[in-house]
Amino acid sequence: MADERLFFTELLGLKVFDLKGRTLGVVKDAAIVPLLDPVRVDRYLIGSGAAWLTVRHDQVRSISLDGIHLRDEILTPYHSDEYMLRVVRDLMDQQIIDAQGRKVVRVTDVTFEIKPENGGEILWVLDVDIGLRAIFRRLVQGMLPRRWIRRLQVGIPPHSIRWEFCNILEPDPQRRLRLNISNRLLEDMHPADLADIVETLTPEHREAIFENIDSEVAADALSEVDPDIQASILESLETEKAADIVEEMAPDQAADVLAELEQETSEEILEEMEHEPKKEVRELLEFKEDSAGGMMNTEYIALTENATVADAIQVLKTNEALMETLNTLFLVDAEERLTGAVPLARLFLHDGATPLRSLAVETLIDAPVTEQQDRITELFDKYNLLALPVVDEDRKLTGVITADDIISVLREK
Amino acid sequence: MWKRFRYHIAIFFAVIGPGFITAMVDNDAGGILTYSQAGAKYGYLPLWTLLPITLLLIVTQEMCSRMGAVTGKGLSDLIREEFGLRTTFIVMAVLVLANLTNMIADFAGIAGSLEIFNIPRWVSVPLGAAIVWLLVVKGTYASVEKIFLFACLVYIAYIVSAILVKPDWKEAAIYSVRPVLMLQGAYIYMLIGMVGTSIAPWMQFYLQAAVVEKGVTAKEYKESRIEVIVGCIAMSVIAFFIIVACAGTIYEVAPRDLQVPADAAAGLKPFGPYAYLLFAAGLFNASLFAACILPLSTAYSVCEGLGFESGVNHRFREAPIFYWLFTGLIVVGGGVVMWPRFPLVKMILFSQVINGVLLPVVLIFMTLLINKKKLMHEWTNSRFYNFISWAAVALMIGLTMALVALSIQDMMRGTS
Repeated sequence: MADERLFFTELLGLKVFDLKGRTLGVVKDAAIVPLLDPVRVDRYLIGSGAAWLTVRHDQVRSISLDGIHLRDEILTPYHSDEYMLRVVRDLMDQQIIDAQGRKVVRVTDVTFEIKPENGGEILWVLDVDIGLRAIFRRLVQGMLPRRWIRRLQVGIPPHSIRWEFCNILEPDPQRRLRLNISNRLLEDMHPADLADIVETLTPEHREAIFENIDSEVAADALSEVDPDIQASILESLETEKAADIVEEMAPDQAADVLAELEQETSEEILEEMEHEPKKEVRELLEFKEDSAGGMMNTEYIALTENATVADAIQVLKTNEALMETLNTLFLVDAEERLTGAVPLARLFLHDGATPLRSLAVETLIDAPVTEQQDRITELFDKYNLLALPVVDEDRKLTGVITADDIISVLREK
Repeated sequence: MWKRFRYHIAIFFAVIGPGFITAMVDNDAGGILTYSQAGAKYGYLPLWTLLPITLLLIVTQEMCSRMGAVTGKGLSDLIREEFGLRTTFIVMAVLVLANLTNMIADFAGIAGSLEIFNIPRWVSVPLGAAIVWLLVVKGTYASVEKIFLFACLVYIAYIVSAILVKPDWKEAAIYSVRPVLMLQGAYIYMLIGMVGTSIAPWMQFYLQAAVVEKGVTAKEYKESRIEVIVGCIAMSVIAFFIIVACAGTIYEVAPRDLQVPADAAAGLKPFGPYAYLLFAAGLFNASLFAACILPLSTAYSVCEGLGFESGVNHRFREAPIFYWLFTGLIVVGGGVVMWPRFPLVKMILFSQVINGVLLPVVLIFMTLLINKKKLMHEWTNSRFYNFISWAAVALMIGLTMALVALSIQDMMRGTS
C-alpha cells in the first residue's frame, strides 16, 4: 500500500486485466456520476480496439500503477450518458472556480485516493491539480514510466485545490441539473470576490451563474461588476430573473445599471419589477448620471424634528437591512424639508429621551439634485463627509450620496 | 484653431479599437526595416506581395476577432480546451520564440534610431527596457498608448516622401499586380520576412484577447469587423509607400542591402536634413510601442493557456511566472542587442523571417478551431476563408522548405 494516491495522468492508459490476468484494454477515461456520489469514480471507460467498454467501480479488485485487476468480467459497451461527468471530456483543461482561493483556474490533472471498499478498491477524487508539477506530469505522460515521473516531479512545487472547493462551470442548464452541479459554493463567497470571478469568465458562463444563484447574492455581486459587463449580463438573462435581481439591488445602483441598457430592455425589466422598487428606480432614472441626482440612492432614514433617541432606535430596528452601511440619520420638518443630520454614533452617548435635534451636526451640508459630480466629490473632501443629503428645489430630502459612491467615482477616473 | 485640432484628435481616436492598434503595432521596427530593405534591394518588384498579404491579413485578423466575439475566449484558452496541454505547450513555445525575436528586433530598432543621434546602445537599450518595464508594470501604459498611436502619424512622411521622389508610378502599378517568382535564396528569404512581419503570430493572440477584453459580442461584432479591415488596409498602405519611397531613393541610385538602420532613413530623403529626424522618430516610436505590447501580450497568452495567474494587477508573488516571462522577454531581448557587434539590420530581418516560418503553426490551429461547430455555431469559416488560410499554410511551409533546400544546396556547392 505504498501508493494510496493516483493521478489521472497515471490512470489514463493503465492496463485492465481480467480474472485470468489477460489484458482487456487500457483506460481511456473515467466518469463520476455526481447524482450517485460526487467524489467516487463510478465508471472506467476501457478502450479495446475500436469499441469502449464500461467498468463499474464495484467490478474492480485492485488498482495500482501496474494496472487494474477486475473481479467481475461482465462488462457492458460504453454508451454516452448525460449523467456522467467524464474527466477527459468535461474536466481536463477546462476552467473551474476555486471557491476557497476565489479565482478561476484551469484543470491540469486530478489526484485520486485509492480506497478499499467491499473487498475491492475504488478511486476517490481528492484534488484538482493546477500549476507546474501537474503540467510536468501532463507533458511527459506516456513518454516515461509512471514511477520515474513520480520521482522526477518531487522537485517541482505542487499546487492543488481540494475537490470540495471546486465549482464546475456548465452553461447548459439541462446538463447542470443532470450532473447535480450547484452554485452553493459561489453563494457563500463575498459578493465582491464573486464579481471579480464573473468578470474573468465568458459571457455564457456569466449567464449560467446569474441564472442560478440566489437573486439576493446575484444583486450584491452584480453591483460590484464592471458597468459594461453588468449590462451584458442583464441583457442575457430572462427578463423575469433580471427583474428579480434588479429589485434586490440598491435603487441607485439599479438605476445605474438600467441606464446602461438599451431603452427597450430596461423598460421590459422595469415592467417586471414590483411596484415599490420600480417607482424608486424610475425616479432615479430621471436624473443625469453625473449629477447629484444620478449618484444618490434613496435608501436612508429620515425622522421628524421632534423625534427622540428612543424613536430613532425603534426605527432602526425595523430597518435592519440598512444597518450595514448606514452612518447618518436625517431630520425633516412637516413638509419633508431637510433640517438636520445626526451621526449614528451619537445615539449611543445619550439616553432615550434626548431629542435628536440637540444631537444634530452644527453645520448642515447638503446639495441640490442638479449639482455636478466634481462639486460633490469636492464637498466630501472638504468637509470629510461620510454621507451627503440631496435635496430638491423645495429643499425636500430626496436621497443620500455615501462615501462608497464617491470612491467608485474617483476610481473610475 | 486649437479647438479644431482637438476635434480632429477626437475623431482620430473614435475609430481606434483593437484592430487598428494591432495594425499599427504591426509596423514596428521589423516592419519598417523589412519593407525598406525590400524596396532598397528589389525596387518595385516586391509590391505584388502586398495584395495577397493584405488579403491574408484581413482573413486572419477577421478570424481572430470573430473567434473572440463568439466564444468570449482567448486563442490560447481555446487551443488548451480543444487540443490539450501538450499542443498548447508547443504553440506557446512557438509564440515565445517568435516574440523573443520580435523583442530583439524592437530593441534593435530603439538602438538603431537613437544611434542616429550618437546615443550609444549601452545607454539607449537599458533605458528603453526600463521605460517599457515601468510603463507596463506601473499601469501607466494605457494612458501612454494614445501618444504612441498619435505618433504613428509620422508614417504619413513616407507617403509624402514617396510622392516627392517622383517614382515611376506606372512601373509601381504594374509590379503591384504582377507576381514575380524567383528561385533565389535571398528573394525567398525576403518573401517569408514580408509575410512574417505583416502577419505575425503574436497579432492573432493579441487581437483576439483585445476583442474579448473589450467585451464585443457576436451581435456587435460587425462593427469590429469594419475596424479590423480598415486597420489592415492602413497597414498595407503604409507598407506600400515605404517600399515605393525606398525604391525611389535607394534602389534607383544603386540597389543594395541596408547595413545599419540609418541607411533606411534615405527613404525619407526629400525631407532633406529632417529625413534622419523623421525616420528616427518613427522608428523609435514604433519600436517602443511594440516593445510595450509584445511582452505583455506574450505573458498573458502563455499564462492563460497553461493556467497560471496573470495580470499586472497581481503582485509578483501571486503571479511569478507571468512576471518572470514578461521581464525575461525584455531583459533577454534587450540584452542580446547590447552586444556591440550585434548586426542590427540583419537580425531585425532575420526575426521577421522566423515569424514567417512559425506563422503556419498558429494558422493551422486557428483554422481548425474556427471550423468547430460546437464553438462557433453559425459563425464558422466560409469556404473562401478556409481556402485562403489553408493555401497560406501550404504556401508558407512551401516557401520555408524551398529556402531550406536552397540553403543546403548553397552549402553543398560551397564545400565541393
